[in-house]
Amino acid sequence: MTTLIYDGTFEGLLTAVFDVYAHKLDVVKLHQGEWLEGALFDEKMQVITDETRAGRVLKALKLKLSTLGVQRLYAAHLAEIPGEDNNLLGFIRYAIDTDENIEEDYGNRYVMRVSEMVRMVRREKHRMEAFIRFQKLRDGSFYAAIEPDFNVLPLLIKHFRSRYADMKWMIYDLRRKYGIYYDLHDTQFITLDFAENSRQADIVAAYTEDEGMYQNLWKNYFKSVNITSRKNTKLHVRHIPKRYWKHLTEKI
Amino acid sequence: MDADRITEKLNILADAAKYDVSCSSSGSKRKNENKGLGNASNGICHSYTEDGRCVSLLKILLTNHCIFDCAYCVSRKSNDIKRAAFTVQEVVDLTINFYRRNYIEGLFLSSGIFKDADFTMERLVRVAKKLRLEHNFHGYIHLKSIPGASDELMNEAGLYADRLSVNLEMPTEAGLKLLAPDKSHQEMIKPMGYLKNAIIKHTEEKKLFKKAPIFAPAGQSTQVIIGATPENDNQILHSANYFYKNFKLKRVYYSGYVPVLEDSRLPALNTSVPMVRENRLYQADWLMRNYGFHVSEIVNNHQPHLDLDIDPKLSWAIRNMQEFPIDVNRADLKIILRVPGIGVLSAQKIVSARKFGKLNWEHLKRMGVSVNRAKYFITCQSKEFERRDLTGNAIKQFILATSHSKYIKNVHTQLNLF
Repeated sequence: MTTLIYDGTFEGLLTAVFDVYAHKLDVVKLHQGEWLEGALFDEKMQVITDETRAGRVLKALKLKLSTLGVQRLYAAHLAEIPGEDNNLLGFIRYAIDTDENIEEDYGNRYVMRVSEMVRMVRREKHRMEAFIRFQKLRDGSFYAAIEPDFNVLPLLIKHFRSRYADMKWMIYDLRRKYGIYYDLHDTQFITLDFAENSRQADIVAAYTEDEGMYQNLWKNYFKSVNITSRKNTKLHVRHIPKRYWKHLTEKI
Repeated sequence: MDADRITEKLNILADAAKYDVSCSSSGSKRKNENKGLGNASNGICHSYTEDGRCVSLLKILLTNHCIFDCAYCVSRKSNDIKRAAFTVQEVVDLTINFYRRNYIEGLFLSSGIFKDADFTMERLVRVAKKLRLEHNFHGYIHLKSIPGASDELMNEAGLYADRLSVNLEMPTEAGLKLLAPDKSHQEMIKPMGYLKNAIIKHTEEKKLFKKAPIFAPAGQSTQVIIGATPENDNQILHSANYFYKNFKLKRVYYSGYVPVLEDSRLPALNTSVPMVRENRLYQADWLMRNYGFHVSEIVNNHQPHLDLDIDPKLSWAIRNMQEFPIDVNRADLKIILRVPGIGVLSAQKIVSARKFGKLNWEHLKRMGVSVNRAKYFITCQSKEFERRDLTGNAIKQFILATSHSKYIKNVHTQLNLF
C-alpha cells in the first residue's frame, strides 16, 4: 500500500488521482499534511499540487459525470471531514474506471458515502441560510458571524447575493477565520484582524441606533408566537441544535 | 418608531396570529429584480418556537378588532382582551427590517374584520403593494383573502402576494354554523373559486407572454381546526381532498384546537391539544399528495378514524397484507412508495441504484430505509427475509414493541378522548 501525502485542497486531491494513474498504483491511502522525513509509512509519496494535472483529471471527470455530479463531489470535499479523503478518492477512481455514469449507483459504498457527505454539507449550508443573523452597522452595512460545522461559506455566496442585492453585507466564519463581503457589485473573500481584546462595548458602539430595538422586537416576536400548551423541547432542540444558539439573536 | 408602543402592538398582534399554523414560504418563484431586496423560492425556516413549529414569516394581524364572534377565536368580539392595530407603514418597516437581518422569509398578514370585508382587504392589499412598489421587495408575502371582499381587491392581492388563503376553520358546514354563526360556508368558498380561476388564467398567459405578471405563484392554502367539533377523520380528509381536487389548493393545514376560551359549544379549557391526531392527519395528507394514495384507501366508512398508535401508511399496509411482500429489485416506484419505512427519497434511490446491481439489506439500510419496519413487507437480494406468515396485527405488535413513539406520553390521554 502506498500512502499519498497531499495538501488537502480539491486540486491536491485531483492531482493525487493523476498520480495514482500515472504511477499505476493500486492500493493507496491519502494522508493530509506536510511531508516529513521519517519512517511513518512504509511506502509514501508526496503529491505536489499541480493545476494542469488537476485540470486533466477534472476534464476526465466531467466526461464521466453530470455537471451536478461534479458539483456534488466538490461539496463533499468541502465538508473536510477527517478521514473521508479516501472515500472521495475511491469515488473518483470508480467514476473514471467505469464506462457508464455511476452517480446513482447507491449500492456502491463510495457513491453512497459521497451522497451522505453531500447531504451533510447541504444541510449545513441550508442551516446557515436560515440561522445567519445580520446586525446593522453604522455605515449601513450588515454583519453576521457564523461557526458552521463544515466549510460552507463558498456555497453561500449565490444565495445571499441574489437575496440581499441592495445592501452591503459580510458573513464571517469565526472558526475558519475568513469571510465573504459583498459591496453591491462583487463578492470577495476577506480576512479580518480582530483586536485581541476588543471589548463588548466597542462592538455594540458599531451598531446603528435602531439595531438594539429591532433585536428586541424580534426576541419579543419569537416569544409571542410560542404556544405554551404545545411545548415540545425535544423537537425544538432537534431543529435548532444548541451549538447554533450563541449566534441566534432570539436564543441569546 | 416608538419602541415601547410598537413592541406592545407586536406582542398583541403576533400572539393573536399564532393559531394560524401555516408558515410555509415555499412554492413561489419570485426573483430579485433590479437589485432590489429579497427573493422567494424554496422556503427557509429561520427559527423554531419552543413548541417546535417553524418560524419562517413575520406572522401578524393588522388588527385584532373584529366584528365577528366566532367561538374558537381569541379575537372574537365578545372576548375581553387588549386590542391593537398596526398602521400600514409600521407593518412595512417591521417586515423590511426583519427581512434585512435574515430573521424571516417574508410577511404573513391576516386581520380581524373591522368595518367590512372590503375595508379590511383594502388595507391588507395596501401593505403588500407598498412593499412591492415602494420598497422593491421581492420576499414572500402571504395575505389572507377576506371572504366577501370584491373581486377587484382579490385580483390586486393576487398581483402582489405569493400566496393567498381563506381559513375554512371547520371541516364541515355544520361545524362552522355551530361555532361561527356570523360566517357562511358559501361565502368563504367564493374567493377560493375566484382565485383558482384567476391563477389558471394567469398561468396560461404566462406561458404565452413572458412579460405577463405573476399571480399568486405559491397558490392558495387553507386551515381547518381539529377537535373543536365532532367531525371524524374520514370527514376531515375527504373534505381536504375535495378542496385539493376542486380548488387546486397547495396545502390544507390541520390545527389541533388549543382551548383558549370557555364556551359550552367547545371542549373544556383543560382539554389537551390533540397533537397526535393532528400529526396523523398530516401524515395522511402527505400520503394523498406525495405517495399516490387515494383518500378512501386511508379512511372510509369502515375506517372512519386514523390509528393513533401507528402511522397511516403502516396502518394501510397491515390492512392490505395481500399486496405484500414485494421485491424491491423489481417492483414499480409507485409500489415501493407504499412500503412502510420507505420514504420518497429512498424509494427513488432504490429505483436508480438497482440498475447497477441487485440490492440487499445493507444497501437499503444505507439508503435510509427503516429496515425494522420495511422487513415485513419486502424481499431483496438476500436469503434472509420474513418467512413467518404473520398477520397484520402481529406485525403491528412487533413494530410497536421495537419503536418508541415520540408521543407516547400523550397517547394514553388521547385515546380516551376519541
